[in-house]
Amino acid sequence: MSTTVSDTHSAHDAHDDHHDHKPTGIKRWLFTTNHKDIGSMYLWFSFLMFLVGGSMALMIRAELFQPGMQIIDPHFFNQMTTMHGVIMVFGAVMPAFVGLANWMIPMMIGAPDMALPRMNNWSFWILPFAFLIMLSSFFMPGGAPAFGWTFYAPLSTTYSTDSTALFVFSMHIMGMSSIMGAINVIVTIMNMRAPGMNYMKMPLFVWTWFITAFLLIAVMPVLAGVVTMVLTDKYFGTSFFDAAGGGDPVLFQHLFWFFGHPEVYIMILPSFGIVSAIIPAFARKPLFGYASMVYATASIAGLSFLVWAHHMFTTGMPTFASLFFMYMTMLIAVPTGVKVFNWVSTMWRGAMTFETPMLFSLAFVILFTIGGFSGIMLAITPVDYQYHDTYFVVAHFHYVLVTGAVFSIMAAAYYWLPKWSGVMYDDFLSKLHFWCSLISVNILFFPMHFVGLAGMPRRIPDYAIQFADINQIVSIGGFLFGFSQLIFLAVALKCAFKKGKPAPAKPWEGAEGLEWTVPSPAPYHTFDVPPKV
Amino acid sequence: MSTKKEEYSKYYVPDQSIWPIVGALALGLIAFGAGHFTIEASKQEAGYGHYILGAGLLVLLIMLVGWFGDQIRESRQGLYNAQLGRSYKQGMSWFIFSEVMFFLAFFGALFYARMIAVPWLGGASNNVSTGEILWPAFEAIWPLTTTPDGTTTQAMGWFGLPLMNTAILVVSSVTLHFAHVALEENKRKALTNWLILTIVLGLIFLGFQGYEYVHAYRDLGLTMQSGIYGNTFFLLTGFHGLHVTLGAILLIIMLGRVLAGHFTKDDQFGFQAAAWYWHFVDVVWLLLFVFVYII
Repeated sequence: MSTTVSDTHSAHDAHDDHHDHKPTGIKRWLFTTNHKDIGSMYLWFSFLMFLVGGSMALMIRAELFQPGMQIIDPHFFNQMTTMHGVIMVFGAVMPAFVGLANWMIPMMIGAPDMALPRMNNWSFWILPFAFLIMLSSFFMPGGAPAFGWTFYAPLSTTYSTDSTALFVFSMHIMGMSSIMGAINVIVTIMNMRAPGMNYMKMPLFVWTWFITAFLLIAVMPVLAGVVTMVLTDKYFGTSFFDAAGGGDPVLFQHLFWFFGHPEVYIMILPSFGIVSAIIPAFARKPLFGYASMVYATASIAGLSFLVWAHHMFTTGMPTFASLFFMYMTMLIAVPTGVKVFNWVSTMWRGAMTFETPMLFSLAFVILFTIGGFSGIMLAITPVDYQYHDTYFVVAHFHYVLVTGAVFSIMAAAYYWLPKWSGVMYDDFLSKLHFWCSLISVNILFFPMHFVGLAGMPRRIPDYAIQFADINQIVSIGGFLFGFSQLIFLAVALKCAFKKGKPAPAKPWEGAEGLEWTVPSPAPYHTFDVPPKV
Repeated sequence: MSTKKEEYSKYYVPDQSIWPIVGALALGLIAFGAGHFTIEASKQEAGYGHYILGAGLLVLLIMLVGWFGDQIRESRQGLYNAQLGRSYKQGMSWFIFSEVMFFLAFFGALFYARMIAVPWLGGASNNVSTGEILWPAFEAIWPLTTTPDGTTTQAMGWFGLPLMNTAILVVSSVTLHFAHVALEENKRKALTNWLILTIVLGLIFLGFQGYEYVHAYRDLGLTMQSGIYGNTFFLLTGFHGLHVTLGAILLIIMLGRVLAGHFTKDDQFGFQAAAWYWHFVDVVWLLLFVFVYII
């Protein structure tokens, strides 16, 4: 190496970097190559999208408060369900995980930064443009996409409005952002580990993200392919999804779910990593069954490529195909069960305390498991004929995505906020946030199981009178849950403006990992010289 | 710790850079412009979509020149170490893997149409009444020259131009390999010549491909509108052609760098990446030739 470089890194042991200067002003954020800045931007962006997508959900719940049409017309209702799904999946949950990966992975493996820092910034800044384009379609004639976040053909081809073109192209650039982000994560993990940090020493959050990144690189291009076919079918006269030209609308569903099923694991595997970090910290015991956790994660990822058609049991498939996908789907319960067993065993006879990150993690373990069980119910082909496209499905995937993914993101935020901001979060507000969220989220989603089993279809703005009571309860829960998240905004803002007790380097007694060896807040540059592990 | 610094070469973390956000702006303009251009073109309306698309492409070009320029300068200054080189190589490999998956979506559509959709439309499996009631005259054959709704076309043969194009692309992979060997052995003259030959072969391939499209549209009636056979044909060969174009551009940039005296045996990532990309595009073509043209 040239001498100019080597003499800038003397005496780094104490991490009081003499060149810990940050660029200031807006340029710091626009031009940054720093994984911590980029991580923060991802996290704030994701929270903003969470609120935007959340207000769309509240619009849905307001309309469904009673039967009949009151507030919004059916076409706008469809736009709301579509954009709520798209924004929550691609704008809120995925960027939140990428933000956590950016902040934590380099610190957890002792790397100076992400492997490709400039591309990292590119991945982030594509997202605001993509969502501006997506949201701009609300102002077009015919409004925003209204075909559901799964954009099934022919709803998205023959019967869609012109917003489809904007939807497709913004999906394209969103996909590029995800692929570049994933390449960055996977290369960072493969190539940037500190000496001694071998694969089986990596924290589980790193492991789960390693596998998630692989899934992203494998399936986001398939999504790009399928949106391209939607575009050509709608605008260029092709007939991929049109039987009159020799195509098949079912082909759309196969391609979409080949992407879509691994996608749901993309949105839950990092959660497993987060919870596997937090539960040992507050149970003050090492994680039970580390290696089995790694293998279970890898098995789930592998199986996720072989289960996609369980979303399509009622679409029509040869019986042997239905059976294959049913059995493969049920097989996923085995590695997932291993995980839940390991978390419970970690807590067994541990010296447990119940700080806010732990509360969210415990809620995750219980409520995610409920979502997992309803998933097994849905996996049973004959039974799925009854459940398909009802509120039971809505209840199922909101248990795994809200009380699963979102709760784990909240847990992660509370767990690492002291490290990010240098101050402890407001304990009272955080507990208030937890209890309000926990109670309201169950008022919101639990009764959906019952209306679903009774036959209430999803994505319908009006419903039969006998579902009225439960829908009112659900709507009340929805508004309570939505507004509870503003408490989190208050907590996060207080930390961002350094209002709180200064945090020590390691605020959690039982926490383990390299990130706790650096001061709080973490210096702008950490591990310029890799630590010995 | 300063005593140990000699053992350890620092990973280069670049300072702030303007190019990523310029690139994001470019992609935003391209997506917005392409979306509106598509809508306007389908309605044959005048609009501003193509201006925005053009502006986006221009910004993208500026970004690429600026970003690659920075990379090349830093590399020439010796700021990069072996570990960073590994990052680039792994990043490129994963990128190519993502491209494989992109083509897989279209191959998947092709296989599904041939093995499942078209036979079912003809009444195979338990779909007898589909054939009887909806399209009794429909015959399930591949290439699908008559669609259920009666659109007809002729199939593209594999002999002649496509076979020649296959040979050209395979030879170009070999010549590129010779260029790489020449680089390893530091034979600059041979490197330049083999590289130029590769680029020329690539451009000939693209020319023939364009000619084939004209032939398909004019003589065979094989168009984007002529049913699933034409759809899979044009999207697979079209995206492949785009990738050849991109690969050729990369090789031209590498030729410029070779002429400027860049690359040695130990410092050749840019060249290697472009070469990997070229070989990947070649392999995709071989699969395409077998499954789209021959079988």
